[in-house]
Amino acid sequence: MVEALQSPAQATYWLISGQTLFVTLNLLGLACFAYIVTKRLTPLMRGERDIRFDRPFIRLERFLQFWLGQWKHPRYRVAGTIHIFIFAGFILLATRAFSLLILGMSENFALPGSSVGIGHVYEIIADYAATIVFLCMIAAAARRINFRPARYEVPAKYGTGHKIDAIFLLSLIAILLFSESLFEASKAASLAQQGHTEFLATFSMAWVLQSALSSESLSTLWNLHRGAYLLDVLTFYFLLCYRPFGIQFHVETSLFNVYFAKLDRGTVKPVRWGVTEEHLDQVKSFGVKAFEDFTWKHMLDFYSCADCGRCSDNCPANAVGRPLSPRFLTIKARDYSFQHYPMFGARGNGTALIGGIYSEDEVWSCTTCGACEEECPLLIEYIDKIVDLRRGLVDDGNVPKSIQKALKALEGRGNPYGKMEKKRADWARAEDFLATCDVKVLNGKKTAGTLYFVDSITSYDDRIQAIGRATARILDNVGNDFGILGAAEKDSGHEVRRFGEETLFMALRDNNVDAIKASNVQRIVTADPHAYNALKHDYKDVPPVEHISQVIAREVKTGNLKLNPVENQDNVYAYHDPCYLGRHNQVYDDPREVLDAIPGLRRVEMSRCRDRSFCCGGGGLMLFYEPKEEQRMGVKRVQMAAEAGANVIVTACPFCMVNMEDAIKVAGMEGKMTAIDLAELVAQQMVSNSPTDESSADRLAEADRLVTA
Amino acid sequence: MEILVCVRRVPDTSENEIQLNAAGNDIERDDLVYSVNEPDNYAVEEALQIAAKVGGNVTVVTVGGEDDEEVLRREMAMGANQGALISDGAFNGSDGKGIATVLKAFVQKGKYDLVLTGIQAEDGGAQVGGMLAALLDYPFASLVNSISVLDGGKLKVSREIEGGNKEMSEIDLPCVLSIQTGINEPRYVGMRGIRQVASVEIPTYNASELGVAPATVGEAGSKVKRVDYFVPALGKGAEMLQGDREEIIAKLIELMKAKGGMN
Amino acid sequence: MARIFAYIVHKAGVVDDSAAELAAAAKKIDSAASPVAIVTGWGAELDVVCESLRASYGEVWKVANEALSYPNAELVRQALVKVLPSGSVVLVPHAHFGMDLSPGLSIKLNAAFVSDVLGVEGVEGASLKLVRQEFGGQVSAHVRCDTSSGAVLNLRPGAFKPQESAPINGVIVDKSAEIGALSAKRRYLETVVAEAGDVDITKHAVLVSVGRGIQEKDNIAIAQELAEMLGAAVSCSRPVVDAKWLPKSRQVGSSGQTVKPKIYMACGMSGSFQHLAGIKGNPFIIAINKNPKAPIFQVADVGIVADILEFLPELTSKIRETRQVSA
Repeated sequence: MVEALQSPAQATYWLISGQTLFVTLNLLGLACFAYIVTKRLTPLMRGERDIRFDRPFIRLERFLQFWLGQWKHPRYRVAGTIHIFIFAGFILLATRAFSLLILGMSENFALPGSSVGIGHVYEIIADYAATIVFLCMIAAAARRINFRPARYEVPAKYGTGHKIDAIFLLSLIAILLFSESLFEASKAASLAQQGHTEFLATFSMAWVLQSALSSESLSTLWNLHRGAYLLDVLTFYFLLCYRPFGIQFHVETSLFNVYFAKLDRGTVKPVRWGVTEEHLDQVKSFGVKAFEDFTWKHMLDFYSCADCGRCSDNCPANAVGRPLSPRFLTIKARDYSFQHYPMFGARGNGTALIGGIYSEDEVWSCTTCGACEEECPLLIEYIDKIVDLRRGLVDDGNVPKSIQKALKALEGRGNPYGKMEKKRADWARAEDFLATCDVKVLNGKKTAGTLYFVDSITSYDDRIQAIGRATARILDNVGNDFGILGAAEKDSGHEVRRFGEETLFMALRDNNVDAIKASNVQRIVTADPHAYNALKHDYKDVPPVEHISQVIAREVKTGNLKLNPVENQDNVYAYHDPCYLGRHNQVYDDPREVLDAIPGLRRVEMSRCRDRSFCCGGGGLMLFYEPKEEQRMGVKRVQMAAEAGANVIVTACPFCMVNMEDAIKVAGMEGKMTAIDLAELVAQQMVSNSPTDESSADRLAEADRLVTA
Repeated sequence: MEILVCVRRVPDTSENEIQLNAAGNDIERDDLVYSVNEPDNYAVEEALQIAAKVGGNVTVVTVGGEDDEEVLRREMAMGANQGALISDGAFNGSDGKGIATVLKAFVQKGKYDLVLTGIQAEDGGAQVGGMLAALLDYPFASLVNSISVLDGGKLKVSREIEGGNKEMSEIDLPCVLSIQTGINEPRYVGMRGIRQVASVEIPTYNASELGVAPATVGEAGSKVKRVDYFVPALGKGAEMLQGDREEIIAKLIELMKAKGGMN
Repeated sequence: MARIFAYIVHKAGVVDDSAAELAAAAKKIDSAASPVAIVTGWGAELDVVCESLRASYGEVWKVANEALSYPNAELVRQALVKVLPSGSVVLVPHAHFGMDLSPGLSIKLNAAFVSDVLGVEGVEGASLKLVRQEFGGQVSAHVRCDTSSGAVLNLRPGAFKPQESAPINGVIVDKSAEIGALSAKRRYLETVVAEAGDVDITKHAVLVSVGRGIQEKDNIAIAQELAEMLGAAVSCSRPVVDAKWLPKSRQVGSSGQTVKPKIYMACGMSGSFQHLAGIKGNPFIIAINKNPKAPIFQVADVGIVADILEFLPELTSKIRETRQVSA
């Protein structure tokens, strides 16, 4: 038997037999890992319940798409590609890694099939995989050092940079792959010297090493072989045990994190999983106040963060200098759990998160736009955590004054402005409008098939009432038999819920559900994406709901709604995707189809569009919050529209409209940019007999003037 | 420290449109939303913060009827340890002095170190606190916008005077203070908080239990009576001032003087 | 009719404007009456004040005591109670001192008390018919006050126009000896002056509010000058805060402060819903905007179509002129 063909199990390492050594190392390594993982699981055991074991087939499907398929990674081309290679490499190398470990304990170990064709094919693939991953390590390290993208930066208040740690880890993986390849190469070289050819993939790292070693003596090769193996095992276990101490833990946790990821877009988790609403009174404390109030899945999220910064890179609050950075929301919590649940020693007390690792402003800054969740390749959830933190603040009475005012008004009058209920339908009673469109109030005496759910801002804000009238006119024009709830309608409560006031939300919701049921409608239409999302996801037992853009798109397609050409062909329109219509509910195409159906309308896309749309600043209660920011989100957005070459920004959400029009003024772009709602535009352009609402005619006339001026 | 805060349920000024009724003699009360008088709420928050700092008990009391219990509950949901409702038909129609007389009797039934009221309610009377203090012979300070507890049964208080200046004084306990809005940031109380105190007992006191002579309170004992409400004639929509610049300015100055903006 | 006393507020030897208003109000209550000015204080400043009051009041009661050198309402009340005859009607300006003094004073005098009186409609035997406002000025009310055992009335500053009349030669009556020793359980320590920029717009009765029409940070001075002339504060809408021309504390609106002034001057403001939501209590709204179609004109009481950058300075100088004439 040629010495070089001996397995490391038969080798002797400083008087210890290889087999003994490696059995010990494997046991030690696994034991260590098991201990570490147990310690890491401890806080999860103390965390709140989370229902994540339902719908296994859907979960499996998404697991395949997002974990195995790395679906979100290409959104950042360079980093995504590198990661896909690394990930694929790891998957492909897994089998070899496993068999390598066994080899040290049991000589002659070989996986079934390894000596036949398929085994050879695998070896070739594995060799290339190792090479590619090795090269990716170099590329990634180079990127960290020289081509570092902005999103990797760590602002001073969050600590020191993560570069050293990143490079350390990349180096370790490189060493692991190198030792693996050296192991193969030294074996192949020794075999070659004795006349047996071992097939190594051409130009792979192992192949290169083999060529370099081709003239070494057998004993050198044997030493390299044994040494490489020991290095491999040590590195493997070091990495295995080191990973749970940092971002690399995502290698293990991502599997679970993606499988257990949230399935229901647009929803908010209940106050306590497993506690029905009737029993909520028995819950002593609402929301997240201490770390242990997070659910186990949210804690798992903290472990799974790979610190890639994609979330914060897309977070509008972060972009305008608000104190919120989703990435650090996670990293800080992770560090907290590491600190309070150490490997050795007692766990720390449950100190308050707010005032500790989090500030109140950080928590209130979030507009719940969902950009972070849309980007995260590990499907880490943010909105539910923010809502839970807010629930905790509300429970403690710690609510900013301006929000308190609005909440009080919502409680007393069902709208955040404190306006009287009986005036909720006054928008439909405007003289000129009433003459052309008599909107039915469904108060028991009148019935209709469709409910137009108006919601508060459209009912009471005198600028936004124009959107209500435009919507009504459109529905009227297409022959839709609709009505409104009038004074019986209360605020949908969408933001009330997302601002953590669950009890008030339930009261508003119950009131509305009763009113909707009493009205006996079969479907609901709304022009307010926040109301749309609430009716679709927060409310149960209500008829199906559509956004007006979906209705219009359908009516245009069937030819029931015809649109006149634009008067001014020089206007350039950019459609802004509202967060709650676009990202949360994936209605991207209908509004675009509507715009494209208007003859002569020139439309451009902003670079941030569809699921990368940039939040206007937020809706509902967010309009009452006084954020600390360097700039308004709306200002950034209208600048984006201008950069895209547009002079009219079209939106399909009343809150977006408020923010855009405000932003145009603040940015000093009056005369250069106009904002118009999709419904207003359609009402303006549709072929009908009724005269158009004057204010939107004025707005478009103004837009026309801009270009001709 | 035993702290008593006198609160009142009033029509919410920010959620109501105050209008005359059809008969023209009272305000339209059908569609009113009520809540605790805002300065009283600040007073309760202040009491809670003082009690948290130096230890103690906060009681909230109101003079009224069943409907007024809800504000007591709201303040208890905020953190007040107990509530008390003072209710008796004999108290109806009381003027400020009448209310202060009733409250004086209540104060004397307990042992309070500090009595707080809000600076004023929707009728702008701003009197109950000062009257209560005089009836009790306690020292008094109005428009208080900061309180610090000193040793030896004293407080250091700041009063809001003109120009945003603050008048600092030392005041002995027991005393009465009327609290100005903005003294603190009251915590939020929502429906959930109120539900949690929904079944807590709120004792009710009537005239005889307090030892109040009916002749000194109520309609009978009242020296100040509101006769009616009315709205001085106002035009609709902006009156656009016409004329040349000088004429407009002159007219404007006249209008501003008439509205009391030119002192 | 009982004797009418007017409590005179003064500072550093200067009589407050309210003194003349109280005299005018006294005439409304009883045209034949000769109200007595009652002044507390100490030293030379008090003497100067009493002297200047002789021109408008027939009798000036001087109450001098070292303890009263700073007007501590607790001490002033004690002094007044010793000196005022029972059944008197006492007029006090409704401001921070009056709010501190009068309710307690009415109890000690066993007199009726009415706060923030805007007008005197008439006398009906032993009662006065007075005008007040409630709900932050949204409605007015008539109030009947039984003055049979006297009354303390706090009068709204600016509600009673001082009357032009020939100066009289009043007498000073020194009542200092009658008050005896004064002691109170509230001791004045000091006055802390507000920091510049520490303006609380919610406490101002008159606001000069600017919107984007002010165009530049430097132009805010124009509004500031007018505000100073009026004893008002400068407030603003959100765009001004966002542009960092004024601090957040000056913002009126649904995400800013809620204000309840008597007069609101909306200068160069469009009148957006979010902004108007911060104005409560139905103040007198003056809107100045160069756009005649600005929505603010729908909610204002009085409207002026003008460029505020021209209009405000002119207004300020005209007011200055008017003041100089009347002084």
